[in-house]
Amino acid sequence: MSAQIPAMKSTKELREKWMEPEVISGSEILLRSLLLEGVECVFGYPGGAVLYIYDALYGFNDFHHLLTRHEQGAIHAADGYARASGKVGVCIATSGPGATNLVTGIATAYMDSVPLVVITGNVATTLIGTDAFQEADITGITMPITKHSYLVRNVEDLPRIIHEAFHIANTGRKGPVLIDIPKDVSAAKTMFHPGEAMNLRGYNPTITPNRLQLDKLAAAIAEAERPVIIAGGGVIYSGGHEALLEFVERTEIPITTTLLGLGAFPSGNSLWMGMPGMHGTYTANHAIQQSDLLINIGARFDDRVTGALDGFAPKAKIVHIDIDPAEIGKNVKADIPIVGDAKTVLEQMNGLVKRASKADAWRDQIRKWKAEKPLKYVDSNEVLKPQWVIQMLNDMTHGQAIVTTDVGQHQMWTAQYYKFNQPRSWITSGGLGTMGFGFPSAIGAQMAQPDRLVISINGDGGMQMCSQELAICAINKIPVKIVVLNNQVLGMVRQWQELIYENRYSHIDLAGSPDFVKLAEAYGVKGLRATNKEDAQKVWQEAMETPGPVLVEFVVHKGENVYPMVTQGSPIDQMLMGDCE
Amino acid sequence: MKNFAIAVLVNDQPGVLQRVSGLFGRRGFNIESITVGQSEEAGLSRMVIVTKGDENTLEQIEKQLYKLIDVIKVINLSAKPMVSRELALIKVKAEPPERPEIMGLVETFRAAVVDIGTHSLMVQVVGDTEKIDAMIELLKPYGIRELSRTGVTAMTRGNAS
Repeated sequence: MSAQIPAMKSTKELREKWMEPEVISGSEILLRSLLLEGVECVFGYPGGAVLYIYDALYGFNDFHHLLTRHEQGAIHAADGYARASGKVGVCIATSGPGATNLVTGIATAYMDSVPLVVITGNVATTLIGTDAFQEADITGITMPITKHSYLVRNVEDLPRIIHEAFHIANTGRKGPVLIDIPKDVSAAKTMFHPGEAMNLRGYNPTITPNRLQLDKLAAAIAEAERPVIIAGGGVIYSGGHEALLEFVERTEIPITTTLLGLGAFPSGNSLWMGMPGMHGTYTANHAIQQSDLLINIGARFDDRVTGALDGFAPKAKIVHIDIDPAEIGKNVKADIPIVGDAKTVLEQMNGLVKRASKADAWRDQIRKWKAEKPLKYVDSNEVLKPQWVIQMLNDMTHGQAIVTTDVGQHQMWTAQYYKFNQPRSWITSGGLGTMGFGFPSAIGAQMAQPDRLVISINGDGGMQMCSQELAICAINKIPVKIVVLNNQVLGMVRQWQELIYENRYSHIDLAGSPDFVKLAEAYGVKGLRATNKEDAQKVWQEAMETPGPVLVEFVVHKGENVYPMVTQGSPIDQMLMGDCE
Repeated sequence: MKNFAIAVLVNDQPGVLQRVSGLFGRRGFNIESITVGQSEEAGLSRMVIVTKGDENTLEQIEKQLYKLIDVIKVINLSAKPMVSRELALIKVKAEPPERPEIMGLVETFRAAVVDIGTHSLMVQVVGDTEKIDAMIELLKPYGIRELSRTGVTAMTRGNAS
């Protein structure tokens, strides 16, 4: 597979020459700075305000530039790249509409703490503020959804700003940083000195935790009778998954991983309870509610996890470990707050903790719940059940793929039935819940991990929000396997309308959707379809044997619901169990 | 709910006021007043924000402010002995017969008349918020034509920082 994405690197001599101090344009400074930051892949879309940058990119082959078909595709791809690699994702768009088309993707990355450097063009500095053609105040528009942003007014600031942007994006609590470059700044020339120093007085994330707090946690673990760990995306982002496994093995505390934390802990481990929250498992939700010690590592007590806050974990002493101090106490008051990098905290804790020896009865209880109330659905031989399709994908790929999803029912079924055992294998829009994210993010993930199998699982709704990116899969031979679970409706909306709005199915029928097989073929991507179990396996086999991208449509049962489900505003142990009963 | 004064030392960058005020707006924090000006150090500005809330809100405000890259330091002034001042200019209707009476009020408040028009006086008053409020109340019966208040600026006393 990897051979299909050609490696791009200029010669060592050329790279060395380029790093010499020299008078060059802002655009060339940008490209060389990106090289210095180790960028290998950029997703973008040219336009008037970035023409100097694209001119500098002409014939440039030190990193890939993928021309997407929509700026939203570019930024979601950069996001997928960042989540799959742990590096900073980079995308470029022009001013005005190009920049505003990025807004959804920036907000997506911000909510999920994904490191991005977003480069937008702007009109010339002399025109800023005049409502010039294709002008938008993109730094103003994106202020609430970026970790930081820059409007570059002087080309001499550019090397420092780019260096700072990468540093800010990928340290502390990660997030998107926007650099807005006016056209005349990208054209202006100055002396480029690589390796500019940084001076960020106000930015100094706390990595190492306070030792006294760690001691308090160790003591609490020794005393706990019903301890539970919630692990979130912070564990994956910090590279703390091995330290987490060791922590759990040492303490033998039952663990649940949030939606973004899937893959932070091996799902096959007997102490793993599945996902908590709105579509979490019976075991995880009841364990949280009855716990006397709740250790949150790198998760932010999102409302989809906590349900009704006033009834959340009522008996538990709360421990909150987070690199962002503002998360601690934001939603749930912490009894033992620990500010620090999840990996560092876990590594230090591993030197302090022993087996939670008072929790044996608790571990038995958890085992019992897991056996009595597993995830379940009613299978059928007449229609394809979406849960069955996910299980089949899991079995046939041995749980080894990188899986990206869109948002909705298919996302929750994938979270429930695909068994993740390693970090950076699960890419989904958790915080913002962005439809249209699943497919383009898979393109980015594949660029980051050319040797791994990347499966993008989408609904028929979300697939239509960025389907134009089939073109870049085809043209660049990016071998993503695109799954469409087609139930002909907006499934999660239908589920809510059924359960909460008394079957008033308002505007959810996706009649008029394209023939997905033909749509794929129109872009030059192989398309396959399955409507029953036998075909489903055959078709998937064929997809796996086909080099390059393939779209596989599974026509699934329309009326299927995601269970368990906690309705909004209820405590998380009040669950609709549906088929899990 | 209680009033708090917070001093925020920020990089003197374009857009920094927008970042700070935007943060308050979107997180639902209250702004009673906000003032910005130079600080003792070149390149840094000092903002003084008066806000209303409980201790938890105040803690979140401080923490969220620290997330902004351009924020160097956040000081909860209300936690320490402090001096806070506000300035107001009040243009009050004043026909010649009423002027001595108004001047008397101004003198009592150690305020100053800084301009005299044919039918009005402009009063400048400096002090804490309560003093300004009281001055305005007393001038209201004469007819206030224009009023401009600066918002609070504040500093901790002595060696407290």
